[in-house]
Parts: sequence; C-alpha cells; structure tokens
Amino acid sequence: MSDLSDLYQEVILDHGRNPRNFRVMADATATAEGLNPLCGDRYGVFLRMDGDRIADVSFQGSGCAISKASASLMSQALKGKSAAEAEDLFQRFHKMVVEGDASQADGLGKLAVLKGVADFPTRVKCASLAWHALHAALRGESQPATTE
Amino acid sequence: MSFDVEAVRRQFPVLAQRPHGKRLAFLDSGATAQKPQVVIDAVTRFYDRDNSNVHRGVYDLAERATAAFEGARKRIARWIGADPREVIFTRGTTEGVNLVAQSWGRANVGPGDEILLTGMEHHSNIVPWQLLAAEKGAKLVVVPVDDQGAVHLADFERLIGPRTRIVAVTHVSNALGTVNPVKEIVRLAHARGVPVLVDGAQAVPHLRVDVRDLDADFYVFSGHKMFGPTGIGVLYGKAKLLEAMPPWQGGGDMILSVSFSGTKFNTIPHKFEAGTPDAAGAVGLGAAVDWLEGLDRAGAEAHERDLLAYATNRLQEIPGLRIIGTAPGKAAVISFVMEGVHPHDVGTILDHEGVAVRAGHHCAQPLMERFGVPATVRASMALYNTREDVDQLVQGLRRVREMFP
Repeated sequence: MSDLSDLYQEVILDHGRNPRNFRVMADATATAEGLNPLCGDRYGVFLRMDGDRIADVSFQGSGCAISKASASLMSQALKGKSAAEAEDLFQRFHKMVVEGDASQADGLGKLAVLKGVADFPTRVKCASLAWHALHAALRGESQPATTE
Repeated sequence: MSFDVEAVRRQFPVLAQRPHGKRLAFLDSGATAQKPQVVIDAVTRFYDRDNSNVHRGVYDLAERATAAFEGARKRIARWIGADPREVIFTRGTTEGVNLVAQSWGRANVGPGDEILLTGMEHHSNIVPWQLLAAEKGAKLVVVPVDDQGAVHLADFERLIGPRTRIVAVTHVSNALGTVNPVKEIVRLAHARGVPVLVDGAQAVPHLRVDVRDLDADFYVFSGHKMFGPTGIGVLYGKAKLLEAMPPWQGGGDMILSVSFSGTKFNTIPHKFEAGTPDAAGAVGLGAAVDWLEGLDRAGAEAHERDLLAYATNRLQEIPGLRIIGTAPGKAAVISFVMEGVHPHDVGTILDHEGVAVRAGHHCAQPLMERFGVPATVRASMALYNTREDVDQLVQGLRRVREMFP
C-alpha cells in the first residue's frame, strides 16, 4: 500500500512551503505556461537562455505542495544545463513519475525524492505540470502546456 | 415512518468497504451519490429479464421493456409534479442544458439579446449559453454573488431587462451549497415575460422539488446525483414550450414518418429522444424515485440539517480553516480552504484516513475567482452520512495540520 510519508517527504514539504526560484523573470528569453485543467493548478516557467545553456530559470503560479516542490526542484536542477541535458532530465523524470521506473532516480539527483509520486496516480499530474511547461518553453510553443 | 440512518446505510453496499484499511467516510455525494441495492437490482433485473429495445418490438419482451421504461417516466413525472409528456430522458444535467440552449435558444435568442446567469453556476450552465451567445451575437449577463455566497432578488430585478431572453440559474450551488430562491426568481422573470431554466442537479438529492409549484419553465437534473445510475437524467419542460421547440438531435424514435422529401416529427417527449435510450438507466432512476418516496423525506432533511450544523461547528476546531459559502439555509455542502495547505494535499491526506472529499474548482471557476481561491476542499453530505463521518473528517484534518503546521 502506498504510504503517505513516501509522498510528503521533508524535502518536498520544504520546497512546497519555501519554493526556490519562485519569481517572475523580467528578462526571460523563453516562457511557457503549464495548466492542469482538472484542478486549475497553473504555473509559468521562465528561462533565460545563454546560447544553448539555461543561464537562469524561475517559475511562478499556484498549486499544491507536490506541484510546487516539483517545479522548485526542477528549477534548481536546470540551472547551467544545456537544452539537450534539460530534455534528458525531462525524459528521465517522466519515466520515473509517470511510468513508475524507479531506476531513473539514480540520474536525477535531488529530484529522486519525487519517486514516491508514482504510487499516487491521482497526483502524477501535479508532479509533472511544471515539466510540461518547461518542455513547451524549450520548444518555443505559445499554447499553454496541459497535463492532459 | 421515521428516518433511520443506520437502516438507510445498510442498503448501500459501497459504504461497507475499507479504503486504506479505514472506515469509508464518503463525503463526495455532490460529485455522485452512492446507489442503494434496490437501484442496482432494478438495473440488473432489467438486463436479466426485460431487455430489448423500447418502442420497437411487438413481442412480449419488448412490451415489458417499453412498459418498464415508460413506467419510470411516469413515476419520475409524478415525483416532480409534471406530466409524463414533459419528462425528457437525457444523459444528465449537462445534456439537458445543451438541449435547451440549442433547441429553444437557437429559435429564441438573437443578436444583442441577453442570457442572465448567476456567478455561482456550474460550467455546464455557463458554457452551453456561451456557445449559443457566440453563435447568435448575444451576451451573458451575470448576477453577482455576495460574500456569503448568496444572490439577491434585487439584482435579478435590476438585471432582467428588455433584452433578457432567458434566466438560467442553479437551484443549489454545487460548490457552496447555497439554496437559491428559485420560486421568487421565476416570479420576477415571469413578470417580465422571461422564461427560466433551473439547474436542479444538486437540489433533487436534498430537497423535495415540485416543478409546478416553482413554475420553472425548464428544470434539469441527473440521475446519478440522486442515488440513480450514471448516464441518465431528465429535462422537464412545460409542454407548450417543448411542443414549439424544434428537435435537437435527429434519428430513430423522434419521428412519425421519414421520406427524402421531408420528415414529420414525433410528439413530445419522443421528439427529443433520438436513438435508443438508456432504458436500463431510466428504469434504475425510476427505482431511485421509488426508494426516495419510501423514505421519511422530512426526517431525512432534518438529519441533513443536523449534519451540516454539526460539521460547520466542528470544522471551527481546525486552526486556519475558512469555510467558503455561509449563506443561511444551505444544503449539506461545506467548501473550505486551509491556510498553508493546497486543497489537493488535503484531499490526498484525507484519502489515507478513509475520507473521500472533492478538492478542486468544482467546475465553477468563475465562482472560485469571485472568492479569490484557486480551489477548495468540498465535503458534500447525503442522507446516508452520519456524525461519525464528520468526526472522521475532523480527525483527518488534524492529521493534515500535523503535516502542514
């Protein structure tokens, strides 16, 4: 049976309460919005690209502890990464959380704390919301990314 | 006859289970109600014994199926004070509103006309009108909701104008539990020659509804929220309105005769029931009506009032909890937010305590915006709930506070 403490780990609660890089970025070079139409959770993700590198990343919006912590940890993991490395992180995270492939956790650093989300099917979309926005921002898509 | 909640609970097999090893406190009946055994049995019996297509065969089975289907229509009609011709089977409330917007609306709403709604409508009583307004160049006008979650007759009086073609209003708010004064709203609208559609989805499980007494022109509801099956609902319409309305969907059963040069349409209610209907669902809904009629409804209403008062009181014990929707005379629905915790996290933690609630915008985003919250937690109670369910909710919320101090 899924255990609540696997979901609400201290790191997640901390990032949910005090999200890092939680601000609008005035000089962003790419932005995208993530929207979960089922619950109304909504985040904007802001990127400042320096050539192919993510020089700075931030996010803003409202949602639950899981979606906020995931966005916060994502923003920390992305700084300094190339677009290809960010895409690789997105794929690994997706496999870990959506497909329940726990072996991906090794390559994900701090993001591995979100592994437990895979056992909570109703919350998987919360954890992946900001990532869909990131994906859209990297591809320069103008439509809000949704979890659907 | 008196209301015995324990005897009622025993008729609901689903309530006996133990999610996450905990007693189930089902507090999401506003989303869909559980079904008593008699409803489940009626649907099963239809498929076991009577199944065949209705209005089509000349054999014994077909006669029984048709009699069961039309019998259900008659019982539902009597239950809401209507003529059976005025009861149209739909898939649910949403389809009922769409039917009226598309059939009555397209024939009666034009450029510059107004459709009057309230700020507490469910998306299903907003979007069908928006589609119509966009097509016709009409506009939506919205009656404001006050801080307690109520609407005021004076606002209806002010906003029903010469261009108002229809008023569409919910009887009971799904998100807040507010009971609107629909009888008075209908009277005001009729004084200006404007018809009224009432969304009764959340009303029929809680209140006894008489459409003639309300004098509503259209009254729509869903079977699944009133202890009946999913996929079946009712559009009540006054016969003279329904008769004047063009058909909505075309197909079998809604015609008298078809040729390639033209088609004669069937009489009401069949004109609006194209295709094979959900006969088993209708029979199940008829069984739900019979079941409700067999209860002490006044006793059930008193029981729900007690639950609402008890829950409202006990929720005050939770630090940082704020109830959204405090209008007097509410139905047994409580929406709330907790400082520092998102409703989704509350929902997941409560689930692990065996408590089922809804967390989200409740398909009422404009209303959430009105109260400045992205979402709420909603505990919606039905006549089978008990104080024990409320205690379990409060216990679960204490656990939420432990995790999110």
